[in-house]
Amino acid sequence: MTRAGDSWASAGEADLDAARAVAGAVPDPELPVVTVADLGILRDVAAEDGRLVVTITPTYSGCPALREIAHDLQYRLSQAGFAEVIVRTALAPAWSSDWITAEGRRKLRAAGLAPPNRAPKGPVPLTLGDRRGPVLCPRCGSGDTRQTAAFGGTACKALFRCEACREPFEYVKEI
Amino acid sequence: MTEDEFAAYQSLSGETEDHRWAFGTGFTDPLEGIDTSVPDSVDAQALATYCLMLGDDALVYSHRLQQWMTRMPELEEETALANIALDLLGQARMLLARAGRAEGALLTGGNGPDEDELAYFRDEHEFRNVRLVEALDADFAELAGRLLVFSAWRLALFARLAESADPVLAAIAAKGVKELTYHRDYAAQWVIRLGDGTPLSHGKMQAALGTIWPLVDELFEADPVTAALPGVAADPAGLRGEVGAVLDAVFAAATLDRPGGAPMARVAGKSGRDGVHTEAFGYLLAELQSVARAHPGATW
Repeated sequence: MTRAGDSWASAGEADLDAARAVAGAVPDPELPVVTVADLGILRDVAAEDGRLVVTITPTYSGCPALREIAHDLQYRLSQAGFAEVIVRTALAPAWSSDWITAEGRRKLRAAGLAPPNRAPKGPVPLTLGDRRGPVLCPRCGSGDTRQTAAFGGTACKALFRCEACREPFEYVKEI
Repeated sequence: MTEDEFAAYQSLSGETEDHRWAFGTGFTDPLEGIDTSVPDSVDAQALATYCLMLGDDALVYSHRLQQWMTRMPELEEETALANIALDLLGQARMLLARAGRAEGALLTGGNGPDEDELAYFRDEHEFRNVRLVEALDADFAELAGRLLVFSAWRLALFARLAESADPVLAAIAAKGVKELTYHRDYAAQWVIRLGDGTPLSHGKMQAALGTIWPLVDELFEADPVTAALPGVAADPAGLRGEVGAVLDAVFAAATLDRPGGAPMARVAGKSGRDGVHTEAFGYLLAELQSVARAHPGATW
């Protein structure tokens, strides 16, 4: 890995830590209140044959944010002095909303977005009623909320309304 | 260098094509950086064809769902359908790319056709999708019914493929399972709301199921490609019980009857998986491919 005015051999782990910090701070294009590290999209930052290799994973198969994220990683790391940056995609294991960190959940809530409940494990039976349990209103904390649409403005969100404070809010779906 | 300048520089230098839209130039590779070598024990030609089959199902159905945009009864449904179509397009891109790479494994030193070549430059008889996904829905009830059948079937199929001996196919399927669960729930809720609604909505929902039903049998038919991929592909006949139970549960809650009627006939022994399609498919494909074919290699 080459870094302007420096050499990988002498810089070593410190450089990799710096790269991790820069990559981890990249905001998600669709949910800019959280970073790719908060969401668990950033899987790995490593040195490989003198190059910096950053591995990311898509949240949803068709997520158009992925190439924006790759671009942002390339840009920010190049600005930080990393000359050769490769962004790779990992498909397995599939992203789960359970990977959103405690810090990420706090930031979502602070921005008025309800963080996801625990994702179902294993085969999912057909549910004709409610399977996810109460979704708490990010504004007033009430569990008296109602889903108004199963899909929101992006693939990762659903629309809810709080029956207590009457405010609508978005919920990050559990997958 | 500002971010815009950086993007412009990268585009011009060809280092990345992130900020270009193009047909036939591989603007982003959905399998970039993923090991797409075909395991030794797997028949690469059969794997390529199998991924085409599953990719074409999603590509064609996604296009049909996109045609509903601006025609949905409410904004919330418009958003839901756009999300579902996008999930399926994402699945299609990865599966077509996987098909191209498996094809490339048979050539020397080549990657095989990319996703755009497969989507835009194949002719009708080269598409391997089931005939269920081809028709334009006559009304919203038909949309809900077809989406229920398609997503219940694909979810059962992908749940099995998550254990496939091809790690790439297994990863694509495991991801798809999470998405398809939402699609199936969405469709089921609408089928129930319409079926268990007014006499008018009930009648339309029951009629819609009658229209779709002749195309359901084909989803469970054996085919030689699947048969050539033991441990990699999932036997379609093995899905019939599970999918039938899900559909029956929805129909019961919706006060609908499971339709009868004979399956749509094969043509000279062939159906969608063999490249023989319904009349509606030619028109759909013409719309899907016309721009790419009029301006091959164009970028903007």
